[in-house]
Amino acid sequence: MHEFERRFGELVIQYRWLVIIGCLLLVGLMASGAKNLSMTTNYRVFFSEDNPQRMAFEALENTYAKNDNVMFVIATEDGVVFTQKMMEAVYELTEKAWQIPYSSRVDSLTNYQHTEAEADDLVVEDLVEDPAALTDERLAKIKDIAVNEPLLLHRLISEQAHVTAVNVTVQLPGINESKETPEVVAYARKIAAEIQEKYPSLKIYITGMVMMNNGFSEASINDMTSLVPISFMIMMIMLFLMIRGFAGTALTMVVIILSIISAMGAGGYIGYPITPPSSIAPTVILTVAIANSVHVLVTFYHNMREGMEKVPAMVESMRVNLQPVFLTSLTTSIGFLSMNFSDVPPFNHLGNFVAIGVMMSFLLAVTFLPAVISLLPVKVRVHHEGGDRMMIWLGDFVVKNRRKILPGMVILVVFVVSFLPRNELNDVFLEYFDETIPFRQATDFTVENLTGMYLIDFSIESTETGGISDPGFQQEVENFANWFRQQPETIHVNVFTDIMKRLNRNMHGDDDEMYRLPDDRNLAAQYLLMYEMSLPYGLDLNNQINVDKSATRMVVTLKTISTNNMLELEKRSDQWIAENTQHIKAASASGPTMMFAHIGKRNIISMLGGTTIALVLISLIMIVALRSFKLGLTSMVPNLVPAAMGFGIWGMLVGEVGLALSVVTSMTLGIVVDDTVHYMSKYQRARVEKGYDSEQAVRYAFTSVGRALVVTSVVLIAGFLVLAFSAFKLNSGMGLLTALVIALALLADFLLLPTLLMKIEDKSNEKNSTVTTA
Amino acid sequence: MKRILLLLLLSVSVTPAWALTPEEKGLEIAKNADLRDSGWGDQKQTLEMVLRNKQGQESRRQIRGRSLEVTGDGDKSMSIFDSPADVKGTAFLSFTHVNKPDDQWLYLPALKRVKRIASKNKSGPFMGSEFAFEDMSSQEVDKYTYKWLRDETLDGKEVYVIERIPVDKNSGYTRQIVWLDKEIDQPLKVEFYDRKDSLLKTLVPSDYKEYLGKYWRPGQMMMNNHQNGKSTLLIFSEYSFNNGFTDRDFDQNSLKRAR
Repeated sequence: MHEFERRFGELVIQYRWLVIIGCLLLVGLMASGAKNLSMTTNYRVFFSEDNPQRMAFEALENTYAKNDNVMFVIATEDGVVFTQKMMEAVYELTEKAWQIPYSSRVDSLTNYQHTEAEADDLVVEDLVEDPAALTDERLAKIKDIAVNEPLLLHRLISEQAHVTAVNVTVQLPGINESKETPEVVAYARKIAAEIQEKYPSLKIYITGMVMMNNGFSEASINDMTSLVPISFMIMMIMLFLMIRGFAGTALTMVVIILSIISAMGAGGYIGYPITPPSSIAPTVILTVAIANSVHVLVTFYHNMREGMEKVPAMVESMRVNLQPVFLTSLTTSIGFLSMNFSDVPPFNHLGNFVAIGVMMSFLLAVTFLPAVISLLPVKVRVHHEGGDRMMIWLGDFVVKNRRKILPGMVILVVFVVSFLPRNELNDVFLEYFDETIPFRQATDFTVENLTGMYLIDFSIESTETGGISDPGFQQEVENFANWFRQQPETIHVNVFTDIMKRLNRNMHGDDDEMYRLPDDRNLAAQYLLMYEMSLPYGLDLNNQINVDKSATRMVVTLKTISTNNMLELEKRSDQWIAENTQHIKAASASGPTMMFAHIGKRNIISMLGGTTIALVLISLIMIVALRSFKLGLTSMVPNLVPAAMGFGIWGMLVGEVGLALSVVTSMTLGIVVDDTVHYMSKYQRARVEKGYDSEQAVRYAFTSVGRALVVTSVVLIAGFLVLAFSAFKLNSGMGLLTALVIALALLADFLLLPTLLMKIEDKSNEKNSTVTTA
Repeated sequence: MKRILLLLLLSVSVTPAWALTPEEKGLEIAKNADLRDSGWGDQKQTLEMVLRNKQGQESRRQIRGRSLEVTGDGDKSMSIFDSPADVKGTAFLSFTHVNKPDDQWLYLPALKRVKRIASKNKSGPFMGSEFAFEDMSSQEVDKYTYKWLRDETLDGKEVYVIERIPVDKNSGYTRQIVWLDKEIDQPLKVEFYDRKDSLLKTLVPSDYKEYLGKYWRPGQMMMNNHQNGKSTLLIFSEYSFNNGFTDRDFDQNSLKRAR
């Protein structure tokens, strides 16, 4: 039995130098791909190229203009914006903002293109031309204009006029985004600091999509620099406690580090970027790959303590461990590889990084590790290790109380799982970042004091070229905007009909009566032509009117609302359009907020396929490994119950799931199955090889692998709990839930699986005996 | 014609190049080009604009233009919009000035009134295109300061490469780089740099034809905006000179009559 494994072990030791050099060469080759790794600094990375919401938004951007932005939000000590000093600061910041790399447009109170009638002239000029010359009277007038202008109120000026903003539109070329974004951010921070120094009574917050994109890379760097060292420390301590040998601990760490750099390097070759989700790959590899080396070493040391020589002890360890270690690596990899089904590329990348790392750690644990160990002096005190009293007691307890435990567990599972539907899909992407990230602080301030960060972009299409001047179309656009303004979620609506109304008034000598849409199409078109001719560089209407003037862009700013609320609002708006318009051909919502609103559900649907395939594959592997169809199928229970319970408990305590959590099921599937493999293979061996009945087999399984399962689970829980400290919510939530699922898996393996096995096997025994007696 | 050309070339090369700073040489070249293009009196032409966005959508506009040469100041010009239909009959009159904001009037047929555009801005897009008004208005020498950069060949043609910096602080550009054909003294390429000195647009005029035996006019001008991916093509046709225009054809009253 296990002839291949024994022979393999012998060969590794025999050709150990060759093995060591070969392994190092392979690692070196793979790791050299790390030079291709780069940080991604764009929220778009969360959306695949063929994601329908992303495609819709990119079509809109290509039609009008990109609107990635940097927003400077300026607060004063005394809460008054319209002072001469403050206007000077805004004016200066506006001027400086034009120098931000890739900026294409700067909107502020001072450069707002105010229009006014003067006899037969249309005067178009900056609201504040010369801040130094501002009188109190003029300031009062400017304030009056600003807070009464729908374009500005709740966008660049707050209602109480205590906070204002300078919004910079940035067109990143997208050639080297990992450079471009930090370039913009660095410049924005520089000029904010300059203004703040000159005007110490101001406080400037910087937010916007570019800042958010930068937040992603900051979060990734955070995770890599703070979490990785912590998890390494924890793992080192745990390893030492488990292996009880310096050489073994150090060697395991070497194996893990080699696995991590190989995996990251290989990902680099494939062209995977580092994103917040994939930045946790090293920690995850460390956590899940450690078991491979531990199994090999623990058996090896055990054999030596039992009196075996070094080399035979290792060969024997390989004989025993090669197959289970391979199987658990395989199932773990399958679990992670199933993340390829995710609609969110960073999770594809994370899954593949980890799968490569796990397979690499398997390879190294069965080649490099024994080869190096055989070269090192290893000494252990020979002593026979007694039975594990704790596990004996536990096995006894489970067997004796099985008639209470099984129904008890079933009730518990049903009860906990019944909370699963309480989980609500919610991806509030602004809250992906916790309060320690500057972007989040700035955004919270902005949302509290000035405007929202949740935007819906509408491209409202008319039926014909030039159709935006059609009075019927304009009226419907105006109605649509007004409908939105009545919705409780809305903060601001930026719509071109407001400009039309203003122009109509200007053209009629600033008569307030004429603050309404022009009733003649030609008139509207000609106003627009005239207005466009009067606008300066960068402040044109090309970002809200398409080239053939058949469609216009409307931007709705919302409060920060839940995904459900967002989707429901989208439905309401679709319905309004369907019921109330004839001239509007189409008005579909898009933009980052919309993209994130849809991604959770899309990801769950795409992951369902992945999880199912992983489950089927893993169950097949179990059936083959255990050589029993019945046991293989039974194994599905302890494999699935933990995730179901985990989400149940999550539903009880948190009740909110997003992007990250939808991949937890398939990810944990591959991990928790390891415990089941170990437990059931021992149980099976006891039944088949030793001829035990199910009760004895359960006791045997507890004493032989019980402690090992506790230890590996503790390692995994600790590793994933470290992730819970990530400043990036996707990672912290994923870490927390995964740790929970792993803990529940231990519970299922100790209480549910044995009682279930005894129940099933009892029944079949009864059947068998009935058959024989009959 | 060949003789004039030779003379002009001589006049440039006779001036000892080593004695001139790059700024002086740039100014010299600009003046020469301006001198060579003066004396045309008046002209008219029709213009089709083809606007394209990054999504590939296209839109066309038809404009008739006429202009009157003014010595000592910028030229006078009038544009009459023929399409899109809803702006048909709209006419735009502008007096370009060298050292003060241009005068601009627009006649809106739907309102039946002439409105003066009181704005210092001329850097905004012209009819939603990638051409700013300042790109299309007459290119007077004094609107820029110059610097000769180098001589080179562009598509087999000998050119001067000159940098010019707008004098007007309301310009949308920090500088432009002009590839000026030595043979016809017309630009073959112009690069526009925005306020933060990044490349914003590239203009490529082409299909030059000679009129009245000395004035070169482009058949097409292609403007590519590198930052937003949009482009605008201008197609000129029906150039005609010696139309007998006078100042009276370029006043506010003539705006209403123009159609």
